Amino acid sequence: MIRVVLPAHLRTLARVEGELKLDVEGPATQRAILDKLEAAYPMLRGTIRDQVNGQRRAFVRFFACEQDVSQDSPDDPLPEAVVAGVEPFLIVGAMAGG
Amino acid sequence: MSRVRVLIGTRKGAFVLTADAKRERWDVSGPHFGGWEIYHMKGSPADPNRIYASQSSSWFGQVIQRSSDGGKTWETVGNKFAYEGAVGNHLWYDGTQRPFEFARVWHLEPSLDDPDTVYAGIQDAAMFRTTDGGQTWRELTGLRNHPSAPEWQPGAGGMCLHTILLDPRHPGRIYIAISAAGVFRSDDAGETWRPMNRGLVSEQIPNPTAEVGHCVHRIAMHPSRPNVLFMQKHWDVMRSDDAGESWKDVGGNLPTDFGFPIDVHAHEPNTVYVVPIKSDSEHYLPDGKLRVYRSRTGGHEWEALTKGLPQSHCYVNVLRDAMAVDALDPCGVYFGTTGGQVYASADAGDSWAPIVRDLPSVVSVEVQTLS
Repeated sequence: MIRVVLPAHLRTLARVEGELKLDVEGPATQRAILDKLEAAYPMLRGTIRDQVNGQRRAFVRFFACEQDVSQDSPDDPLPEAVVAGVEPFLIVGAMAGG
Repeated sequence: MSRVRVLIGTRKGAFVLTADAKRERWDVSGPHFGGWEIYHMKGSPADPNRIYASQSSSWFGQVIQRSSDGGKTWETVGNKFAYEGAVGNHLWYDGTQRPFEFARVWHLEPSLDDPDTVYAGIQDAAMFRTTDGGQTWRELTGLRNHPSAPEWQPGAGGMCLHTILLDPRHPGRIYIAISAAGVFRSDDAGETWRPMNRGLVSEQIPNPTAEVGHCVHRIAMHPSRPNVLFMQKHWDVMRSDDAGESWKDVGGNLPTDFGFPIDVHAHEPNTVYVVPIKSDSEHYLPDGKLRVYRSRTGGHEWEALTKGLPQSHCYVNVLRDAMAVDALDPCGVYFGTTGGQVYASADAGDSWAPIVRDLPSVVSVEVQTLS
């Protein structure tokens, strides 16, 4: 079970509180998590990655185990601690603005 | 008894205001979608409880919200706006060609007779339509595939399709406006389009009388007389008496003919409202005075409406979609400012009062008249 933390605006949009727990089948990657997340919460489609080209939105970041993994391939395996549910996969609104 | 509902989109959320026909006491609901930019909200003429909202964010992109109970509760619907076929290019600020790229929905125009059909004007300029209440959106490709599209260029706010007017007398006739391309008209429900910019003169482009490239800020019509159109251009207030085939300047005695919104009185097709702005490089009111100008002669002759509006040290702007009228008698006129005030007049502009103030910067104002 993978723990996912959404930014506040997306928790509101998805009408959820706190962490989400997703049962991801197969290798745990960014793409697998987002596929599962968007299937469970269709209102999040397009808010984290572009619906047409699949690219991460420019002001969204992915953190795992205190590392910014945003620039990693969406098909790279995530750290074992995330896969095991010890550490969450964080989806973050990038720090921007004043 | 009639009521009015005012739909306000701001930089940080949506607000819904309601009042009875006196329009004196206002109930304020919101913010809805707090923290998100609400470029536009509009209700269906066929079912006033059906309201659509364009919600967007630089971080999280575009969301479309739909209400079926007059704005009390909302549900997300489809937000995939995918250009169809070859994407093509348009002119960029530096003179190079750049591919069309979706940024946001600027304007949502519900069909006059079907609550599930809505037109969406987007940035980069294109026209989309849903016929299933917003679940899916399909591009009306004839517009973006117009041969002039490579000459379209973004205005300062982006290359947006910001105005959609549905002609109630001629089924299938639609007017749209793009900044900075100009006005286009379709007579076949959006399949094919013709530029409608003859008579416009824009000194900001190499050929001031070009067929396209004009920074049209807003167009408006009265439903009883849809062949007459009024336009607030980047500079110039214009009028067409032939369904957009030609335009003439009706700025007359306005203190400045730069501005964004323009609207028409609900019962007097020759009564028009604008809010002059000092200039395109300053984007605030002239002389620190918030003055709506009204023409009762379809242009040329304008009077300043100031009663109840601040007449000193006021330097706000009123954006293109931030003015609307109700259908009561006397006609109500409403507008919102970048300073977060929404002013209303229940006597066709003779006097004004804020119906809410200190909101986030107002982007859009629409009004529903409810029976």
